[in-house]
Amino acid sequence: MKYVLMAVASLALIFGFLFASNYYKEQQAEKLSFLAKDNISTFIRDHSPTLGSEEAKVYIVEFMDPACETCAAFAPFIKQMMNANPGKIKLVLRYAPLHDGAEGFVRILEAARMQGKYWETLDIMFRTQPAWASHHNYQPEKLWQFLPQVGLDIERIKKDMNDPAIIKIVNRDIADSQILQVTKTPGYFVNGKPLQVFGYQQLKELVQSELAIQYPK
Amino acid sequence: MSHSKQTSTANWTILFLCWLLVAVSTSISLFFSYVMEFAPCVLCWYQRICLFPLVIILAAGLFPIDKSVVKYALPLAVAGWLTALYHNLLYSGIIPESIQPCSRGVSCTEKYIDLFGFLTIPMLSLLAFSTVIILLLIFNKRMST
Repeated sequence: MKYVLMAVASLALIFGFLFASNYYKEQQAEKLSFLAKDNISTFIRDHSPTLGSEEAKVYIVEFMDPACETCAAFAPFIKQMMNANPGKIKLVLRYAPLHDGAEGFVRILEAARMQGKYWETLDIMFRTQPAWASHHNYQPEKLWQFLPQVGLDIERIKKDMNDPAIIKIVNRDIADSQILQVTKTPGYFVNGKPLQVFGYQQLKELVQSELAIQYPK
Repeated sequence: MSHSKQTSTANWTILFLCWLLVAVSTSISLFFSYVMEFAPCVLCWYQRICLFPLVIILAAGLFPIDKSVVKYALPLAVAGWLTALYHNLLYSGIIPESIQPCSRGVSCTEKYIDLFGFLTIPMLSLLAFSTVIILLLIFNKRMST
């Protein structure tokens, strides 16, 4: 009898936990999709760098930071998905520099945009990341040596990265990331729907489901 | 005979309720951190260190009922209670938090939830540990007589 009581109580707790988790996540997803409908600009600002066709109907909004290791790991994966569905996916990058010192790298990247080398710079930053951002030990001075490879003028970067316009962009993105409750990078929204469970496969499934809605066979 | 059997069932039930309380508290604590994604601060971790083992220790003490479970569970509950008390004093501003450099950690005075104006997470912890201590003391007294 006592064993039965204990088993029933344990099961009730486990199921209660699972039920509450599902309920909470559904509530959150509803709240965010409501936000998406009402206020699309929270997801995409005019200043946001984008990649992909203007005609694309599936928008992947990624809150990231060039010093984030998982963001670097996801970059080729996203490119692969975009290549597999040409013209259908558009990537929008937003910044969420969550760690101390990460914001400086975002500003370096934005300064590179002023020289028209945004995606090249992001690519080289991701590839050389272990040299200057290993385990959140940020060493900006070690980044400079790699940037000339894409033809960047380092002195100009050092000057431009303190431009008030760049600081404004970063602050806007940080404020939006807080509204959208992005607490980890990379944080993904596909057509306004948040990626609930983090992972390659889960992101792929979310993108596939949106592709199926937007491009019915 | 039937009287003593009733008493032993009542004692078992007290310990069971105590276990149920720590199991529910543990679930809520995990819910906060894994589902609602609140990052636990350092003081929360100290309280969790005292709380989580109680689920296993009390369960072990239930089968078969063992009065010496109090000896092992009570020190953990008291340690948790003291940390929770300190946390509440810090939270309510009675003890000032010393100035700290920015870090990636979570401030122990950051408010996450506030139900009915007084039920904060550290308050829930203090209430849970207090109830566990009271139940353990009642259980101990009844088993000793």
